[in-house]
Amino acid sequence: MDRFHLLLAALSVMLILTVLRSLRQERIRVEHSVSWLAGGLVLLALSLFPRVLAEAGEWLGLSGAPLAVLMLALAVFVAIFYRQSRALSELKDMNITLTQRLAIVEFELRSRDEART
Amino acid sequence: MSAETRMMLLIPAYNEEAAIGEVVTEARSVLGDVPVLVVDDCSRDATRLRAEAAGARVLALPCHLGLGGCVQAGYKLAHDLGFDVVVRIDGDGQHDPRDIPRLLEVLRRTGVEMVIGVRDPSQPGFRTSLIRRTGIAFFKLLLRPILGRPVADPTSGFVAVDRRALNLFSRTFPLEYPEIEALVVLQRRRFRFEEVRCQMRPRLAGRSTITALKSVYYVVHVLLGVFVNILRRTRI
Repeated sequence: MDRFHLLLAALSVMLILTVLRSLRQERIRVEHSVSWLAGGLVLLALSLFPRVLAEAGEWLGLSGAPLAVLMLALAVFVAIFYRQSRALSELKDMNITLTQRLAIVEFELRSRDEART
Repeated sequence: MSAETRMMLLIPAYNEEAAIGEVVTEARSVLGDVPVLVVDDCSRDATRLRAEAAGARVLALPCHLGLGGCVQAGYKLAHDLGFDVVVRIDGDGQHDPRDIPRLLEVLRRTGVEMVIGVRDPSQPGFRTSLIRRTGIAFFKLLLRPILGRPVADPTSGFVAVDRRALNLFSRTFPLEYPEIEALVVLQRRRFRFEEVRCQMRPRLAGRSTITALKSVYYVVHVLLGVFVNILRRTRI
């Protein structure tokens, strides 16, 4: 294994371990960790099987394995960021709905209290 | 409006302590018994206290949601409480509540779902900023083929809606810069609107939230919102 693939393997393992640690500490939800773990595993597999990477690079018309890794990593992370953006949008929608509902419930409770007194 | 029609006046407000008291007092003097609801979008100043002191009920949002989320919260409450008509005016005093009866008359007479109070172009003395005028001109051009009719001021926040539009907006309402997108939301449901010319006034205090820098973001955001609403599947 050359230095490049070694570095790639080390980074992939670090990514996977970091995500697993965050999961254990409940800093990331399982559904949000899946895409990061999948990305880490894909990169680890590519580093362990250099021939796959070389053939993929050739198929994509890229000269050299590092460039192929870069492109693949970019594609993986774009997909992950898209997934995260969707999750953020859903959370924002829920947050707005909850904020509005909370304000309305507080308003109604206050109105009831005022009607009683 | 018939005697049974229940109307609410809705005033979204964010950091409007300098104007909101006067706006509420004036509205109550014109509208009599009509409930006035100020939706306080988590202001950092005394907006809520001033509004309550002037006799308004206040729906206080615990987080700042922006204009669309703030207005929709008011629509949701009005819908829950069973109001038939909601009139929305700005909290900075630009809209004259004495124009409200004319908006209501058009709403009743024409049977449309929404009536917009727009600036009378023949009004002397009062001019909006160049940026705003340019934006309005651009969106008027854009909206004409989409709505199938001309619109005089798609950015106006002086609006009366009936129960059908209230029902729709309490479920679906654009969250930022909502006025233009709301027209497209209405059009997608084949709802109609009319415009009534009104005398707009300079704001009592404060400045517009749409600064020169934000105006570019505004245009891009609203453009995207308009096209997303066109592409979106409608749910009646």
